[in-house]
Amino acid sequence: MSEYKRNTGFFHQVYHVAWSDLMFLKHNLLNTIIMTIMGPLLYLIAFGYGLRSGETDIGVSYVAFVIPGIMALTSLSGSFSSTSTRINVQRLYYKSFDEMMLCPLSNAAIVLGKSMLGLVRGLMGCFLMYAIGLVLAPDLELTPLAVICVIISCMVFSMLGMLAALIAKSHQSMSTFNSLIILPMTFLCGTFFEVDSLEPIFQGILYCLPLTHSSLCIRAACLPDFYTDFPWISLAVLVVFGVVIFALSHYMLKVRKI
Amino acid sequence: MEEGELFGFLGPNGAGKTTTVRCISTLTNVTSGEIYVNGVNVVKEQTKAKKFMGVIQQTISLDKDLTIRENMVSHAMYHGMGKAERNARIKDLSDYFGLEEYLDKPVDSLSGGWKKRAAIVCAMLHQPKVLFLDEPTSGLDINARRLLWDVVKRLNQSGTTIVLTTHYIEEAEALCDRVGIIDHGKIIALDKPSVLIEQTGRTAVEYMEDGKTVYNYFHSMDEAQKFVSAGGHEDATVRKTNLEDVFVELTGKSVGDQR
Repeated sequence: MSEYKRNTGFFHQVYHVAWSDLMFLKHNLLNTIIMTIMGPLLYLIAFGYGLRSGETDIGVSYVAFVIPGIMALTSLSGSFSSTSTRINVQRLYYKSFDEMMLCPLSNAAIVLGKSMLGLVRGLMGCFLMYAIGLVLAPDLELTPLAVICVIISCMVFSMLGMLAALIAKSHQSMSTFNSLIILPMTFLCGTFFEVDSLEPIFQGILYCLPLTHSSLCIRAACLPDFYTDFPWISLAVLVVFGVVIFALSHYMLKVRKI
Repeated sequence: MEEGELFGFLGPNGAGKTTTVRCISTLTNVTSGEIYVNGVNVVKEQTKAKKFMGVIQQTISLDKDLTIRENMVSHAMYHGMGKAERNARIKDLSDYFGLEEYLDKPVDSLSGGWKKRAAIVCAMLHQPKVLFLDEPTSGLDINARRLLWDVVKRLNQSGTTIVLTTHYIEEAEALCDRVGIIDHGKIIALDKPSVLIEQTGRTAVEYMEDGKTVYNYFHSMDEAQKFVSAGGHEDATVRKTNLEDVFVELTGKSVGDQR
């Protein structure tokens, strides 16, 4: 048998699962950066400058208000799409996902490892957006809480991408999921306006979606002078979403419903 | 299946060959029964079993967004291999399979035969005791197929137990110590190819009747000649029985026939 020691600890496994995706990101870095920032920039121009300007009810400029919303949106679109697309391709077309499933890896390590690509891409998008925001809206602050909220948000949506890709039977069903769930969330979940300004029934629906809580948390953490009470409940809800999505993905792998 | 043997798994399309390999290799959950490989219950101790099993799937399952080397490194990392070990193994196996000049090329720049060899290297990196090859030569030209046969023989001679599913009967006949013929999910014959041929009858008589080819099998050449003379089948072909004859006789269909 081999004289070498094998690294099979849990965090080693997570890194080993993530490694190939990080190589994929390295090969496509420039392309990924352009793709990641293009959408949020267009949203900023269209919503931040084109449709509305001036101050919001809480006294902050609309640009400063909308940038944390676009960061939340970026955490959703960047994290979800990169994880779901990569797994979808690996699982349905390359069959390399099966290769990984043939190896002695824990299902928990696979869920976390495969979510790393989305986490990294989501973080890249959010912080590029924040860097632009620093120039355009001096009211924004990069607090430790904001960083934590962005990381949690990216991780939740990356794992959601994994779950969607594990459920999807085809590329078409992924597109359907995108059109029915992701796209409406992008525009409605408090990214461009306060959810509380809507009718109670719509508020009820939107508070059931994770991006609403992500927007609330990131906005409050980036604008601490204007939001004195941080929405801890929303942060807890976001974490619960993460735990439930993790458990569902783990279950899908365990029962091999993939 | 015995330790160290090269076992062939034959059956018509849809007979259950790939499903069996997927169950053994844990890709598909079993609904009943138990599977033991190397004394380990695959159903209950999946992680332990995966450490000494290698699987080469029917379709080439390399990640096309990575280079051949990155695919190998990734696979080695899944098995927890450190940098020194994986670099040494990748070098050894690449040299062995003649892949060294292709290591840093994208997957799609290689032909099917080279991709298959790269897939075999990936499956061999962690030094599995048992290697499953699901239709390894499907889609390959005859040169690539024969090269792969050599590789399979060499791996088996080096002590690896090999389980091979194939459509190509001549492949099973040439390579396998024993074969199992599966139909409707059940093993209907299991022995050395020579024994199965002996049981069917080592001489085959092939002739046309009512527009159809009819096959008859005999235990000696004399019996076959007598049958030809008595039946007036002057245009009959008398030849040695092969494994394909055994297969058709047992399953009632040619290899590759759809269910």
